[in-house]
Amino acid sequence: MADTVIEFKSVNKWFGKAHVLRDITLAVKAGEVVVVCGPSGSGKSTLIRCVNALEPIQGGELVVLGESLTRPGVNLSALRARVGMVFQSFNLFPHMTVLENIMLAPVRVRGLSEADASRVARALLERVRIPDKAENYPATLSGGQQQRVAIARALAMQPKIMLFDEPTSALDPEMINEVLDVMTDLARDGMTMMVVTHEMGFARRVAHRMVFVDGGRVVEEAPPEQFFAAAKSERAREFLSKILSH
Amino acid sequence: MRYAFHWEVLWSGQSGRWLLQGLATTVELSALGWVLAAALGIVSGAMRTVPWRPLRALATVYVEFFRNVPLLVWMFFWYFGVPPLLPEAIREWLFRHGAEFWAGTFALGVYHGARMSEVIRGGIQAIPRTQFEAAVAMGLTTFQAYRLVIVPIALRLSIPPATNESLNLLKNSSVALTISVAELTFQTRQIEAYTARALEALTAGTVIYLVLCVGIAAIMARVEHRFAIPGLIARGG
Ligand SMILES: Nc1ncnc2c1ncn2[C@@H]1O[C@H](COP(=O)(O)OP(=O)(O)OP(=O)(O)O)[C@@H](O)[C@H]1O
Ligand SMILES: [Mg+2]
Repeated sequence: MADTVIEFKSVNKWFGKAHVLRDITLAVKAGEVVVVCGPSGSGKSTLIRCVNALEPIQGGELVVLGESLTRPGVNLSALRARVGMVFQSFNLFPHMTVLENIMLAPVRVRGLSEADASRVARALLERVRIPDKAENYPATLSGGQQQRVAIARALAMQPKIMLFDEPTSALDPEMINEVLDVMTDLARDGMTMMVVTHEMGFARRVAHRMVFVDGGRVVEEAPPEQFFAAAKSERAREFLSKILSH
Repeated sequence: MRYAFHWEVLWSGQSGRWLLQGLATTVELSALGWVLAAALGIVSGAMRTVPWRPLRALATVYVEFFRNVPLLVWMFFWYFGVPPLLPEAIREWLFRHGAEFWAGTFALGVYHGARMSEVIRGGIQAIPRTQFEAAVAMGLTTFQAYRLVIVPIALRLSIPPATNESLNLLKNSSVALTISVAELTFQTRQIEAYTARALEALTAGTVIYLVLCVGIAAIMARVEHRFAIPGLIARGG
């Protein structure tokens, strides 16, 4: 039985008075690919942003890679170095080249030499299938290429977990697959992944488990075959009918 | 009646030397003041945006305190107010080594640092928050995220207003004449007093300030061009 690497224990989160995560209890095992879905504003982004402590929680406990995020004195930077994150808006640093973007954290956080970091970075560009863009600035790349660089940048830290928050939502349709393909490869290689996405084809093919969130609660958890064929909750069926109709 | 210009007063007698000395002092005073202002501005401007309230409060107090009191008052403060607070030995040393110059440098640096701080803060606040999140999400500390990502971007965005502020600093260095720093304006007034040719002396001072300012603006335009962030709206130059 694989280890649990992310464990939400009755996690609660408020933004001011808004109660956006309600008693979330959820465990993710090493090597598992979990796709989080649900209506807009249901708390999906907040949920995965809690995993690398971009959002602090106000109730319950969240344990990631054996570290309790609520423990006083916890070293969040050290934890984040082991958890990669890919954002909807790519967030490459515009004043650095692709190579510099990828090398930054390995050099500054892991302490790699420039030469080693550059070798790692080039190998990763190979893996995300844009080896020839190393010297480009982000602004000169297509959205799909930028997102693949963002994935390479996260992988350069050799993370144990990868978080994706709608990684293809800002992309033109013809670029979505090039990003999903890279993510699929990653999942096949055994990466632990939590993915917020509306790409249900990807979810069907790659996810081990679907987590349906609504109103800040995990309403339903199921393997994709079961979730798509016969979701138990009315809310999930309604959501699926909307999202799968087009 | 037509005014008869006598430009030769500018290079006859002592005048030429005075002008050059004034120019040199103005450049030194402004350059040192600028370094201080830039350092204080970057540090305090960044501090005003960090996710830690005590640091933000400290920087806010600095900015509001120093930019809301006239520069002239700060000149007097650093020249007349501070030395009596210093130990005897340091005070002696200062007065033997141009205390008025150092007081002027501090007044300029600290005052314009507070104004530069707002320029830098504006630059930082123009950066999407998600850039900071991406930086810390890969394991950088908040300090590293600022030093390696946020501040370098903000500096590039801040070059036009920072240039403006730098020119203000240069021009404001003339206020140091009130604590008898022998800078350019001080020297033009001296020439005027000795030659009674006010118009010629002031013209000389004006032209020198103008040349300095245009020169700085030209250099900053090149810096801006050199460090422009690809993909942002291309600026002139
Ligand atoms: N920084 C914030 N401050 C206040 N409220 C917030 C903040 N971020 C999110 N919220 C609120 O929390 C709730 C959950 O937001 P979240 O972004 O997690 O939803 P989501 O499921 O990711 O939605 P979407 O599909 O639109 O991305 C929403 O009601 C949102 O308005
Ligand atoms: Mg979201």
